[in-house]
Amino acid sequence: MIWDWAFALEILPTLARAAVVTVQATLLGFVIAAVLGLVLAVVRIAVPATAWTISVLVELIRSTPLLIQIFFLYFVFPKFGIVLDAFTAGVLAIGIHYAAYCSEVYRAGFDNIPRGQWEASIALNLSAWTTFRDIIIPQAVPPVVPALGNYLVALFKETPLLSAIAVLELMQTAKIIGSETFRYTEPITLVGVFFLVMSLISAALIRLIERLLNRRILR
Amino acid sequence: MTDQPMVRFDNVSKRYGPLTVLDGLNLDIMRGEKVSVIGPSGSGKTTVLRMLMTLEKINDGVIWVEGEPLTHMERNGKLVPADLAHVRRVRGKIGMVFQSFNLFPHMTAMQNCIEAPVTVLGMKRAEAEARAAELLGMVGLSQKKDHYPSQLSGGQQQRVAIARALAMRPKIMLFDEVTSALDPELVGEVLQVIRQIGREHDLTMLMVTHQMGFAREFSDRVCFFYQGKICEQGPPAELFGAPKNERTRQFLNAVLEAG
Amino acid sequence: MGIPTLVAMLVAALAVIGVLSFREEYSLFVPGLLQGAVLTLQIAVLGSLLAVVMGVLAALARLYGPAPLRWLATVYVEIFRGTSALVQLFWLFFVLPQFGVTLDAFPVAVLALGLNVGAYGSEVVRGAIQSVPRGQWEASTALNMSRPQMLRRIILPQAFIAMIPPWGNLFIELLKSTALVSLITLSDLAFRAQQMNQTTLKTVPIFTLVLLMYLVMSLAITIVMRLLERRASLGLARGRAA
Repeated sequence: MIWDWAFALEILPTLARAAVVTVQATLLGFVIAAVLGLVLAVVRIAVPATAWTISVLVELIRSTPLLIQIFFLYFVFPKFGIVLDAFTAGVLAIGIHYAAYCSEVYRAGFDNIPRGQWEASIALNLSAWTTFRDIIIPQAVPPVVPALGNYLVALFKETPLLSAIAVLELMQTAKIIGSETFRYTEPITLVGVFFLVMSLISAALIRLIERLLNRRILR
Repeated sequence: MTDQPMVRFDNVSKRYGPLTVLDGLNLDIMRGEKVSVIGPSGSGKTTVLRMLMTLEKINDGVIWVEGEPLTHMERNGKLVPADLAHVRRVRGKIGMVFQSFNLFPHMTAMQNCIEAPVTVLGMKRAEAEARAAELLGMVGLSQKKDHYPSQLSGGQQQRVAIARALAMRPKIMLFDEVTSALDPELVGEVLQVIRQIGREHDLTMLMVTHQMGFAREFSDRVCFFYQGKICEQGPPAELFGAPKNERTRQFLNAVLEAG
Repeated sequence: MGIPTLVAMLVAALAVIGVLSFREEYSLFVPGLLQGAVLTLQIAVLGSLLAVVMGVLAALARLYGPAPLRWLATVYVEIFRGTSALVQLFWLFFVLPQFGVTLDAFPVAVLALGLNVGAYGSEVVRGAIQSVPRGQWEASTALNMSRPQMLRRIILPQAFIAMIPPWGNLFIELLKSTALVSLITLSDLAFRAQQMNQTTLKTVPIFTLVLLMYLVMSLAITIVMRLLERRASLGLARGRAA
């Protein structure tokens, strides 16, 4: 028998618990990505001297595999006496990786702010901090929310990489079930179905947000 | 058979949802006739050309070309909607020039002119090139045959588009506001080419235009469209000289004042 | 970033690798890693080829195919975009054998990555085809071309230019995803790094070299795609809008 429903039901609770870890990793990773990405994008504009360094850094991060970055963080921190557990190191690596992508998204958002907004802020003698906080970010971020949403989904789909450093998320749990029972079909297919369902739901949500935003901007 | 119309619109209607763009159009165009279509925007005049080129489906009626249905085909003595093979066979008699040129940007002027003759008509490449060179010469662009559209002015692009359409040896040529996208100083060169092919080629021509002077001088007949119907038609001298219909008068006055 | 900057980065990365490989704590790892890089490249190239083929086929099927084909292509695209690359890789590697289909790790790697990126690629192809102005279709119709003739001669050559930059990004994604194949026992660059790291614990030199090698490959892809884009749009881009 190729697909065993009883077995699938039996492993479902274990997978569900692991799914919680996957979701936690996704959300934590995305918070790091969204915040760090914004910081990178703002610093880039606020301190022009850093622009070149930041863009090279972003290019470096985006040009190399996330898996290698996960390994690197996981193994390199102990060398400096900082011991991170696998989950923390993995989430940090994912967050930093996607921060590079998010910073480019924010940058596009900032680029779309008309010059006049900056000039008006100078004319009103607003500080750089106030200009960003009250004028630029409120205008620049909402239009890029859908793009950020797409990266949230992309990040979510990369969390199985954490299995490579033995974080007990969905994929790792499925593999363990597989190696213990020699049945891979059910666990791995269920993991796939979970990702598919979550991705389809997220895609629908992003489209909804996009519509709402368009309506707000057009009004 | 010479008195058979080249093109016949038989009670043709076109609707977009609730909006009726053309309402029971009946129009015959004879072989070799030059017909201009004028009217305010939204009057359905461009739709007439686009339906004849099969760029728009019609909702009612039948379009005939040389006594043969274009939009339909005969099966067991009845007219049924045409299949693609039938449409392509009949449509081959028609050529069209567009307002926005629509040259193929990745091909030179010469390549634009030989593409369809080679791929559609199966012409030998050398033969197609000879014919295209002749046509490009006629529109005054022999020097520009290896230029890409982006390297040509609007007027030059439109002349290439005319040569490209003629290369398919159509019997009917459609001109859809072909000078509307041009800078004013480039309009003359394109009209000059149209005049010339009107003289030198045995073509039936149907054009939508805003150039009233040209319509008056060039066409055998002018049709004034208003709200999806032909409101008035006749020889240009009559229609421009002594319009019978109030709407026509209003339209012509408005256009002449503006121009 | 402009092409000169990218080339400068490429040269710099190569120079750093060159200099490091003369230092003892690094030189030890270079030959093994280079062997891994060769396998990485093989998978990336074959995977990219498959991705392009799948992307074009799926896009054409979704746009112009008969209903069953359209439906099939949509399911393919949604499944491969909706689940993660690693899940797909594991599924093909661990689950297919249970259906009686046993493939070596190498074809599984190429298949999984090619199908995954091909699904994203089909959206790129579809978008590019749809971005060709309507007038081009109309002019081809007025010239009485058939659907396949229009696509082959008029639409796809123009869509091709719009596809180059997004395909460049996808090729880089694919290159980066090749690291996943280390998890199904293939000794690519990532696998060798991991293995050397476990035996020698020299994390910093090993991973520095590995990151630089991936960087070199990514930059090479970016530069090639930029040059291709520039070449393809010659004579075209300028007056397009006019």
